[in-house]
Amino acid sequence: MRLPTLFCLTALALVACGKSATDQVAASGEMVVRIGAVAPLTGPQAHLGKDNENGTRMAIDDANAKGVTLGGRRVHFELISEDDQADPKTATIVAQKLMDNKVAGVIGHLNSGTTIPAAKIYSDNGIPQISPSATAVSYTHQGFKGAFRVMANDEQQGHVLGAYSVKNLGAKRIAIIDDRTAYGQGLADEFIKAARAAGAEIVAHEYTSDKAVDFTAVLTAVKGKQPDLLFYGGMDAQGGPMARQIKALALNVKLVMGDGAHTPEFVKLAGDAAEGAYASLPGVPLDKMPGGKAFSDRFVAKYQPIQSYAPYCYDAVNVMIAAMQKADSAEPAKYLPALAGISHQGVTANIQFDAMGDLKGGFVTMYQVHQGKWQALETLGAAQ
Amino acid sequence: MEIFLQQIINGLVQGSVYALVALGYTMVYGILGLINFAHGEVVMVGAMLALSALTAMIGWGLSPLLALPLSLILAMAGCMLLGYGIERIAYRPLRHAPRLAPLITAIGVSIVLQNLAMMIWGREYHAFPQLIANQSHHIAGAIINDIQIIIIIMALVIMLALMAVVHRTRLGRAMRAVAENQHAAQLMGVDVNRVISVTFMLGSALAAIAGLMVSVNYGLAHYYMGFLLGLKAFTAAVLGGIGNLRGAMLGGLLLGLIESLGAGYIGDLTGGFMGSQYQDVFAFFVLIAVLVFRPSGLLGERLAERA
Repeated sequence: MRLPTLFCLTALALVACGKSATDQVAASGEMVVRIGAVAPLTGPQAHLGKDNENGTRMAIDDANAKGVTLGGRRVHFELISEDDQADPKTATIVAQKLMDNKVAGVIGHLNSGTTIPAAKIYSDNGIPQISPSATAVSYTHQGFKGAFRVMANDEQQGHVLGAYSVKNLGAKRIAIIDDRTAYGQGLADEFIKAARAAGAEIVAHEYTSDKAVDFTAVLTAVKGKQPDLLFYGGMDAQGGPMARQIKALALNVKLVMGDGAHTPEFVKLAGDAAEGAYASLPGVPLDKMPGGKAFSDRFVAKYQPIQSYAPYCYDAVNVMIAAMQKADSAEPAKYLPALAGISHQGVTANIQFDAMGDLKGGFVTMYQVHQGKWQALETLGAAQ
Repeated sequence: MEIFLQQIINGLVQGSVYALVALGYTMVYGILGLINFAHGEVVMVGAMLALSALTAMIGWGLSPLLALPLSLILAMAGCMLLGYGIERIAYRPLRHAPRLAPLITAIGVSIVLQNLAMMIWGREYHAFPQLIANQSHHIAGAIINDIQIIIIIMALVIMLALMAVVHRTRLGRAMRAVAENQHAAQLMGVDVNRVISVTFMLGSALAAIAGLMVSVNYGLAHYYMGFLLGLKAFTAAVLGGIGNLRGAMLGGLLLGLIESLGAGYIGDLTGGFMGSQYQDVFAFFVLIAVLVFRPSGLLGERLAERA
């Protein structure tokens, strides 16, 4: 029993070693450049993680099909996809794994809570990192040169959400629920600042977790404070059931959420309680972007309907490759300056980074569920 | 007042769900002294099977009122098979191994089931179709709906039925005998393997019912749903005294009530110093307090050889 197991493990280890040793130079003399991608591929947010992976994979397949040459050699991009389970501890472990695998750059992570601790590991190794979806302000404010994002941050998004809730939706008494993650909490904090500045009163602030499904207790507590608007800082997996429970408890509020809930999954889970819910998504609606419609048609044909961040992942990869082409090298130290100064027309935005690594002039669009679909209401410039 | 009443209802519903799942943990523990950590996953498989069966039957044009019980029966059958398989493959070969071994296989089974479910049913959330009109009832300002009432009643009925099985039937006598002393039971002509298999199958059938109830109540099914539910239900079972059927019910209801009242009132009681983020802390604090004074749980009896 023991010996065969040991033998299998050794064999596995050998296979694994053999793989990493040989594909440095692929058969045709191509140079292999590895790009790491991290998202939760298991757990409650696995559907979003898979969506991210697909977006990243599509960009890499496109680049390989098109053919990229760096330093006179043809490059074959290889995707190394890792699962961080949306867990900050696991995130640092897989980040280290990517470093051991010698990736040239990282697309990820999906959540702010995982991106922030992992950024230190990438930075220590001098590896550029572009997060498609981590919106917490602190991610790019840790002083790391290689940390970028292709989406407006929570300061921008929270500001738009808070101001919109008060000015356009007429909220006066606002209740807040957040999921205690770096993302949910950060967005809620920015929302509160903006809503207060616009003159609304925060009557309750309750909390849940990113794994919960029952919110009746906190919603009942909120109900006692008689708010007219409820802001939820968190993801779709909680937002959906929450919308249902709001309806079941006859809690008469407008439901407003951030980008984490702007998914078809939210609508599916909330059922008819989804109708009328609001959510924001950084960027301009995809169908208004040049190449946006073509991207989404191609993506849907190849994988499945876009959940949320796939186009941002697609852009993140393309920005990284564009910087490599500009520097004519996949050496992190060489293409990092090019990345910092890049201007690239993507499917979600014209991507340029500010000194922090944040997206310059990020727009935020408000959406509302109308007849079972997210419909864009209006795109607002993000005030800095 | 109506807010308080609503919190009590929330707690009772949530607690009944915990209790339903906790019964499965406690039954297996009572007889084998083994914590079946895969039980939460069986609940998930039950929900998924029921959902698949339901979708298929509605697709064939069956009326929802017929399809719902049919799919429940199918899910129960599927879970019983699964429970039998788990015991046969992961626990029976280790029955005389050190305590830690079956605990590790239990965790292994749970990971395997989760990943299998992810492969079969995908990573996405499945919305549970709203088939029966779910009427809301107003009681003194608080709201409770049909599904919630069914959940509370189901949990009670199942607990009573289980107690009847354990205390009134031949099978129950065999179960108690095996719990007391496997070896002696065997010498007295009890088919120990059969009794243990049946226990697992019963527990898994309950898990299927719990899975369906949870899915209908929250309107969703997901391959990961068993994890947190299993953890909470296990806590409830320990709180009530693991191995004791009434304890599982009491522990479940208590945990549900503590959670909802905790989440609802901590903020106001501490003047905003602590909020609903402490609801789990609160629940586990109560658990620790109970275990310090009553290590075997509220209704548990201390069994010398299992201490």
